[in-house]
Amino acid sequence: MDKTGAEILVEGLEKEGVDVMFGYPGGAILDICDCLCKSKIRFILTRHEQGAAHAADGFARSTGRVGVCMATSGPGATNLVTGIATAYMDSVPMVAITGQVPTSMIGNDAFQEADMVGITRPITKYNYLVKDVMDLPRIIKEAFFIASTGRPGPVLIDIPKDIQRAVYKNYSYPEKIDMRSYKPVYEGHPNQIEKAAKAIEKSKKPLLYCGGGAIISGAHEEILKLAEKCDIPVTMTLLGLGCFPGNHPLALNMLGMHGTQYANFATAETDLIIAVGARFDDRVTGKIDEFAPNAQGRVIHIDIDPSAISKNIQVSVPIVGDCKKVLSDLLKVVKPLKHPEWVKQIREWKEKFPLKYKNDDDLLRPQYIVEKIYEITKGDAIIVTEVGQNQMWAAHYYQYSKPRTFLSSGGLGTMGYGFPAAIGAKVAHPDKLVIDVAGDGSIQMNIQEMATAVINNIDVKIVILNNAFLGMVRQWQELFYQREYAFTDLVRYIDKDITTEDIKKDPSLFLPNFVKLAEAYDALGLRVTKKEEVTPALEKAFSSPKVAIVECIVEREENVFPMIPGGASVKQMIGGMA
Amino acid sequence: MQHIITALVENRFGVLANISSLFSARGFNIDSLAVGETHDPSISRMTIVVTGDDRIIQQVMKQLNKMIDTIRVSDLTEEAHVERELMLIKMGHTPKTRAEIVQLVEIFKGRIIDFNPRDLSVEIVGSSDKILAFMDIMRSFGIKEVARTGRVALPRG
Ligand SMILES: Cc1ncc(C[n+]2csc(CCOP(=O)(O)OP(=O)(O)O)c2C)c(N)n1
Repeated sequence: MDKTGAEILVEGLEKEGVDVMFGYPGGAILDICDCLCKSKIRFILTRHEQGAAHAADGFARSTGRVGVCMATSGPGATNLVTGIATAYMDSVPMVAITGQVPTSMIGNDAFQEADMVGITRPITKYNYLVKDVMDLPRIIKEAFFIASTGRPGPVLIDIPKDIQRAVYKNYSYPEKIDMRSYKPVYEGHPNQIEKAAKAIEKSKKPLLYCGGGAIISGAHEEILKLAEKCDIPVTMTLLGLGCFPGNHPLALNMLGMHGTQYANFATAETDLIIAVGARFDDRVTGKIDEFAPNAQGRVIHIDIDPSAISKNIQVSVPIVGDCKKVLSDLLKVVKPLKHPEWVKQIREWKEKFPLKYKNDDDLLRPQYIVEKIYEITKGDAIIVTEVGQNQMWAAHYYQYSKPRTFLSSGGLGTMGYGFPAAIGAKVAHPDKLVIDVAGDGSIQMNIQEMATAVINNIDVKIVILNNAFLGMVRQWQELFYQREYAFTDLVRYIDKDITTEDIKKDPSLFLPNFVKLAEAYDALGLRVTKKEEVTPALEKAFSSPKVAIVECIVEREENVFPMIPGGASVKQMIGGMA
Repeated sequence: MQHIITALVENRFGVLANISSLFSARGFNIDSLAVGETHDPSISRMTIVVTGDDRIIQQVMKQLNKMIDTIRVSDLTEEAHVERELMLIKMGHTPKTRAEIVQLVEIFKGRIIDFNPRDLSVEIVGSSDKILAFMDIMRSFGIKEVARTGRVALPRG
């Protein structure tokens, strides 16, 4: 059959199983829009292209499927960039489609021309500029394959306007894919797996350290089995949360800069690290030379991406492969083990140094709110976060027990990620409660998506921990810059000393008024200033059929503890000591 | 240490840009990079000369391998291989220096490929050492311009 480029794209998307996508129109993508609106694919019009990219990301992270976003050429496409970079850093499968000026005008600084292939080269797994409509079917097929296999990541397809209109005679969509240059390895090498089993059997204080890769590969069951079979405690990175039940006796929760004390003590003590889909990021290791001193030369690293192995630290048993596959093979060869001393030690640490905050007065603290969210939802929600203190508290005070229930921008740390990502997650899981735990700064970065959520009945819930500060940055200023709160105070009059109490009494001291803003979008807006109001407000918001904002006025200068300053080691941990 | 790495890549638009952006984004220093189509027009061979310690070279290899368009990458440094570089060098000459230059070109098994009353151009093929040595000697005659291809290499056997 003869088809135009735009028709081929839409058919390709359908063939790849796309049933929803997020985007924004413009001159250079009109042909595609015209075809899309006649297709079965649900197109969700966001209010900013960044929102579309994050929504596609949230859709992808919460499902494991490829998220799709679309924008016009030039400014539309550059607006996607932060969202693409966010997805790239966290290995999220995504296909971004951008319109481009006609082939004949490329390179002429034409109206709304931006070199998207050049701009996105370092932030995509791969990208394409389509120069011939005959290449388009193969490119679509490849793009989805590349985005979703191996270490997943975003792929951009830039389609000039004339290619969208060009006709491909006797077109057919490719059935199979064969790329001689791209063949991800899924099976771990049996010798290496054998070696890993030996190392585990020899270790007295082994530690599983699991990252986002564990979730991507769906290795949660194998991790649980290995931990229980070999009596190994499990610590997780921010992106690893949910790959192991947070309330399991062997769970150490998060490690690193804002990790639990027990996780960081265990890391300092362990004699064998078993890294699963984690990359020894600097937020995890701190000062690299002092990271896990007793496990030097005893590190097993399982990862699908060979370039992640031995990048930051020396690895003794590298295993390239899919985490789930490798672990299930490892489970077949490793003997059951017991480490009573080690596990007892861990249990003592957990009892002695739990995560805690001051909760014996009437003041409303952000941690309390996250705890209440956990209580009310019984842990059965999808929690999405913004970036900053809100993100860390959401990681600390909610116990994640299932993969893909905690979505957060880890690698890039993108403020403004949470709300649109929550929209994407909710679209994928209409029956689940999806909550964006937000800061008052971050939420303003993509607040325009309120219209998207309300109009499309995507009833996500936003809980704003409003400290009227760019809290995490303020925390650093308090600790390392002599409390000079440069450019972090978000109150109305920064020259006045405005306290939490002042804001509670007079909402006009903070802008915007989130309750009125919610109402302006025909959403539910609730304001909480006291502890006893928290549960009723959350319950009301969560049970409402509407999009809801619950704004909680929290203690302004609450800090995230414990904390290991950047580039330091566990010895320099501050805060949270008993 | 200097390493010589060869990569077979898809002969596609953007591959060279991908490789050079990979190197610059990670702060790797390329000493030279040579690219050309192979006997299969859909495949190009790149020869990359890069200096770094083992860890850096390991990362270079892994990052090259990770690129979607690379078919095969190998580090030839420790393997038996042949390698060549070509240089074109243009010098001034006078009746007094002419004979000496011609003689040196012969010693280095080079060829004079352009000649006019003011200057002459020489083609030299060989190892980088040989090329550097020739260039050094020519300095005293007044080098006007130099173009080098960078090294190309093939595994032996
Ligand atoms: C787009 C972007 N700009 C700047 C930063 C730097 N930054 C990190 S955390 C933070 C403060 C976030 O403030 P808020 O959203 O109010 O959250 P809080 O820390 O108070 O919970 C800033 C500015 C960032 N991560 N992302």
